[in-house]
Amino acid sequence: MAIEDDVLVVGGGLAGTIAALAAADESARVRLVSYKQSTLRHASGLVDVLGYTPAGDGPLVDPFDALADLPEGHPYERVGNEAVREALSFFDGIAGDAYEGGHTDANALVPTHGGTVKPTARYPGSTAAGLASDDRDTLLVGFETLPDFEAPLAAAHLEAAGAPFVARGVTVQFPGIVRDDAKVTRYAHLLDHDEVVATATGETTARAALAETVRAHLEDETRVGFPAILGDDRADAVRADLADRLGVDVFEVPMGPPSLPGMRLEELLYAALEDAGVRVTTGVPVVDYETDDGGIERIDHVVVDRNGTEIPHRADQYVLATGGLVGKGVRSERERVFEPIFDCHVPHPADRYDWFVDDVFGDQPYARFGLPVDRELRPLDADDDLEFENLRAAGAVLGGYDFAAEKSGSGVSLATGYVAGQRAGTEAGR
Amino acid sequence: MSDAERPTDDHVPGDDEFEPVQVFPEAEEMDLRPGADNCYKCSTCDTNCPVAEVDDEFPGPKFQGPEQWRLKRQDDHDIDDSVMKCSNCMRCDSACPSEVPLSQMHNTARGEYVEENMSKLSREYWRNRMLANYRRLAPLGSMFPRTTNVVMGLSATQWLGEKLLGITGEREFPEFATETFRDWWAARGGAQVENADKRIAYFHGCYANYNTPEVAKALVRVYEHFGYEIMVPDQHCSGTPMFANGMLEDARRSAETNVRELAAAIADGADVVASCSSCSMSLRQEYPELFDFEGTEEVAANTWDAVEYLRVHEDLEGELEGTSVGDEFDDFAYHAPCHARNQGLDGQTVEVLDAIDGITAHDVGDSCSGISGTYGWKEENYETSMKIGAEMFEHMEDADAKAGLTECPTCSMQMEHGTGYEITHTLEVLEAALVGSTTEADAQ
Repeated sequence: MAIEDDVLVVGGGLAGTIAALAAADESARVRLVSYKQSTLRHASGLVDVLGYTPAGDGPLVDPFDALADLPEGHPYERVGNEAVREALSFFDGIAGDAYEGGHTDANALVPTHGGTVKPTARYPGSTAAGLASDDRDTLLVGFETLPDFEAPLAAAHLEAAGAPFVARGVTVQFPGIVRDDAKVTRYAHLLDHDEVVATATGETTARAALAETVRAHLEDETRVGFPAILGDDRADAVRADLADRLGVDVFEVPMGPPSLPGMRLEELLYAALEDAGVRVTTGVPVVDYETDDGGIERIDHVVVDRNGTEIPHRADQYVLATGGLVGKGVRSERERVFEPIFDCHVPHPADRYDWFVDDVFGDQPYARFGLPVDRELRPLDADDDLEFENLRAAGAVLGGYDFAAEKSGSGVSLATGYVAGQRAGTEAGR
Repeated sequence: MSDAERPTDDHVPGDDEFEPVQVFPEAEEMDLRPGADNCYKCSTCDTNCPVAEVDDEFPGPKFQGPEQWRLKRQDDHDIDDSVMKCSNCMRCDSACPSEVPLSQMHNTARGEYVEENMSKLSREYWRNRMLANYRRLAPLGSMFPRTTNVVMGLSATQWLGEKLLGITGEREFPEFATETFRDWWAARGGAQVENADKRIAYFHGCYANYNTPEVAKALVRVYEHFGYEIMVPDQHCSGTPMFANGMLEDARRSAETNVRELAAAIADGADVVASCSSCSMSLRQEYPELFDFEGTEEVAANTWDAVEYLRVHEDLEGELEGTSVGDEFDDFAYHAPCHARNQGLDGQTVEVLDAIDGITAHDVGDSCSGISGTYGWKEENYETSMKIGAEMFEHMEDADAKAGLTECPTCSMQMEHGTGYEITHTLEVLEAALVGSTTEADAQ
């Protein structure tokens, strides 16, 4: 017999976890199957809704004002404005104090590791003291062994971008780490556990040593920004401890991959899944499916490949949240672009030279590749008919939007994950 | 076909044909290029490496796998000795969002390092060889279990082990059972159920045979409860400790026997089940990645975790509904072994035990126990091993339970070592729920 549940979510990123939580909220028994780790570990941990219009206008002050003008087929247009708001408040309920920004519709401007500012709807509490709209002077601290964050460059870039404060960057030695290629998790672990480290003046604890190192560089600034490596499990305690020792506010600057704020968001979501009783299966792919006989096609069960053994998993409703081209929910070969599990229709030009334009930062057609869906987020075939009556799609596997250019990746995952999960949960309960 | 020859982009519906373009004709047996080329250096693997998190001297899986492989394309580069710091937990495998076969790359690199760069006269080599070939030493200990247990428990023995061999004196050696599982099996006259339609071949591995036969007996009683005919084929070590120590030739010899015996059982209509999560991992994933004996793929495709098999072939949860385990067991702090996690089994135990009345298994999170088989037994790794395990120990102590539960023998040693809890195998709980307590069962 198959492993049985009411709702099966395929994919464990932001869209998949939110879909599973929304379905569980409808009292369905939910299982989430994810193959590899999600691209949340690549993500900044910021939760955006819309930073720029598809035409490139922005940064937008109020993303909700711009939602009404999005073209037909855009995921936000499919689910509607109200669903975006509901999804955000659903997320706020899950994230609790860990995220800020819910007090306003307006976008916050969060400084990034490149010294640019990113418009975002919600941001981790660890970045809150660093907002670019705050006019306090800022010291950015980088580490010699962590080349991903060049503090003086980021500070200069912030000033050049017109930030309303003086920003200064310094590069120091991180106490306790000598190797150039120590992992970000090693920095975080040292601070989480406040390990004993050797300094020029003898042995001390990691947080005390770091604060001491930074104090020597602090002038009149009232806030200090570090690359986002300030702890993992105990990030709040690490930040509070450093702030206490330095006597100024401490914040994190979101980094590129691999990203601790992304990992913390992932941990937060998986803890919520456990609390909601969602059953989670990780490390194994869904490779195939079987349909019912007759009628509109209905998925009877999917096949999970557990290291060579094929295990059937059956549910009443399915949600596909396998990601886009990076997450490999959408794949390509020389001749075609396809969705690898259910072979859902992915519209794309026949000639692969029409998949891209030469300007790297130009309006890239491939960025919009993904599944077309109806307003219930059910994938449509080339004739606009339903692919399956009990399959919904959410997140980056959807087509019709360019999340990197619009800064809409998290928001689309939230809104479509929420709607797909809620509908699937309601259907399954019937 | 070894996994190395598989196309990079599989899971393509209706597209099973793979036409490799032979750009680099020198790549022969183990072509890891497709895997290395798949790596886009996102470092997700590095953030999942339990060793790199506590030791910045360890360069992490991305280096050990694809980067070292590329470096080796140039002449005159030896495998870096840091590969011996990898514990082979294989967490990087399921971390990689781009399907790079990291553990396969590590296993081959480690094998090459031991073959070409480690002195065959060194203490490290012989210590590792001994640890890896536990299966060959265990029968000696098992012949006089009581004497062995006394001698191995002496502090003088532990001191000597550390000084002479580099085996940590901090740990207590596991006790040998007074009767091995296979002796018990022979004494009871083998299978007590015959059933041509429901047949399994049990891969018990070394530990359940020599040290914890109660786990193997629990499997027998649970499977016979469901009407299965059990076969216990001849078998060697699964190879897990050999891969982890770079002893690929030893592993190859064991694998050859196992594949031959298990393939024969499959031909007799059996499916293979294993009670140890590292044994099933080895048969399912590492064999096809590293060896190509006839039947390797077939054995991999027909091997199951013992609980998973019942879940798919029987109504296990339905059968457990309303059962209880009496006073024998209370709530558990459950640790999912890394090698179970990689088989998609991380949630299974908590889900299944949920059906039994009166006990709950509390998942203690996704951290690694840190012992990783023989890794934490080595003097030079003991501290790293305990630092990695610290998170699990904390979560076990925070959990509302006073006993531990897991499916991996060495995770179980580490859990006991770090908390002092008694550790049980999931099959023993299922036995208590379905068949009755162990004492009752022994009396039968």
